Amino acid sequence: MTQKYLLSIYQPDGEVPPPEVLDPIMANLAALNEEMQAKGAWVFAVGLHPPSTATVLRAKDDDVLMTDGPFTEGKEHIGGFTVIQAADLDEALEWGRKLATVLAPLSIEVRPIAY
Amino acid sequence: MIEQIFRAEYGRAVSVLTRVLGDLDLAEEAVQDAFATAAEQWPVKGVPPAPAGWIITTARNRAIDRLRRETKGREKHAQAALLQHEPEEEVGDVPDDRLRLIFTCCHPSLALQAQVALTLKLLGGLTTAEIARAFLVPEPTMAQRIVRAKGKIRAARIPYRVPRDADLPERLKAVLAVIYLIFNEGYLDKAELTGEAIRLGRVLAQLMPDEPEVWGLLALMLLVASRQEARVVDGSLVLLEDQDRSRWDAELIAEGQDIVRRCLRWNRPGPYQIQAAINAVHSDPPTDWHQVLALYDQLLAIMPSPVVALHRAVALAEVEGPAAALQEVDALDLDRYHLFHAVRADLLKRLGEDPSAALKAALERAEHPAERDLISRRLGLATADQQDRADDRDQPDHDPQPGGHAT
Repeated sequence: MTQKYLLSIYQPDGEVPPPEVLDPIMANLAALNEEMQAKGAWVFAVGLHPPSTATVLRAKDDDVLMTDGPFTEGKEHIGGFTVIQAADLDEALEWGRKLATVLAPLSIEVRPIAY
Repeated sequence: MIEQIFRAEYGRAVSVLTRVLGDLDLAEEAVQDAFATAAEQWPVKGVPPAPAGWIITTARNRAIDRLRRETKGREKHAQAALLQHEPEEEVGDVPDDRLRLIFTCCHPSLALQAQVALTLKLLGGLTTAEIARAFLVPEPTMAQRIVRAKGKIRAARIPYRVPRDADLPERLKAVLAVIYLIFNEGYLDKAELTGEAIRLGRVLAQLMPDEPEVWGLLALMLLVASRQEARVVDGSLVLLEDQDRSRWDAELIAEGQDIVRRCLRWNRPGPYQIQAAINAVHSDPPTDWHQVLALYDQLLAIMPSPVVALHRAVALAEVEGPAAALQEVDALDLDRYHLFHAVRADLLKRLGEDPSAALKAALERAEHPAERDLISRRLGLATADQQDRADDRDQPDHDPQPGGHAT
């Protein structure tokens, strides 16, 4: 029986690094995704467009209000996420550690998925 | 009798039942049920020959009954069925169970405060109210802290096992830190916490007899605890050199020193063993300060922290004099720490300077009443001292008493 975990990638707002910095990181990330797939841990992974591209919706009475996003303004935003399955938290943290190493100095939040 | 068995066996019973039931809350409920049954039956029928085994077997049977009764959920039904087919010998005392429980309670993904609370609750058998009182936290806050931590263990699937060898050194450090934190919380006035920390230290030493640092922590706690009676007198802290040695606990000292000797033969030093060795030297007065300084040099090399450097400076003052020590202390970035100012005050006084400002700074930062009392008394003496000097200047004819001004 396995448990699914969401690994959220938190990155600072602002400019993304230039290709000469970003490209090797993305190559390492692709390699990690392959390793996850090979070990049967990988479920789903995405990278997101910047928060400025987001739109927020909220139903109120009979109407749905639409506003320019993101939902919360902060210094960091979720730049992407990976869903994995693991036997327990230690195993999930092991993948989280690898992801954090590849994406250093970004923070990775590991959170169990309820359903 | 039941109270004694409860304190001694609660953690063991919960750890076994957690393995069998796969859930901390179910395990705790079952063990509490079993103790409630014991409280009814033992006074009438007498205490069974193996009380611990009786508690575990009764707890398991109670858990099965409970799961059978609560047949609402299909999952629970399945769990009850599973329990029925559990082989009998599984309910014995598997020595690893308490170790598993310790490592689960002290998992680094839990907040340190939660690790401490869970360890005291699940392994120590303390009630939420007792833990809340010990840490000066309202009971609902502590209850919420424990519920949340258990919820995280369940939802995030914090594993119930001893970590693999590769992770063991780091994970063991976390366990030792939790036990030492419990000990230090009780250091001045809460003997039940120091006692509980020592009990946990003994359990851990029994379960991991090949880990020198586990023994080092136990020896450190025994030696520091040996001076507990002499350390706080009438609500005030008494410094080591002023303590009434007849109030030291010779048995604890002997046990602690014996462990320190064994650790030395092991020759795999670590921070707890070195701190234990320092306390072993202190337990053998008059203190050999050269040896203490050498041990602090060793400690500073593996644990470079300003607090260690501060303690080392105290030993340096004894070996090389207060001027050398003050130079070291002044270079430390510890303004927020009351002991930093208290040590400075002592060194200044020994250099013939006015320690009042440093003592005031220490008093502003000290929190515990026993520490504040000691600092206040020293401040009182320092003020009187300065007053005497002023008086001396005012009345040049006054012949000062031999032996100085401090009364």
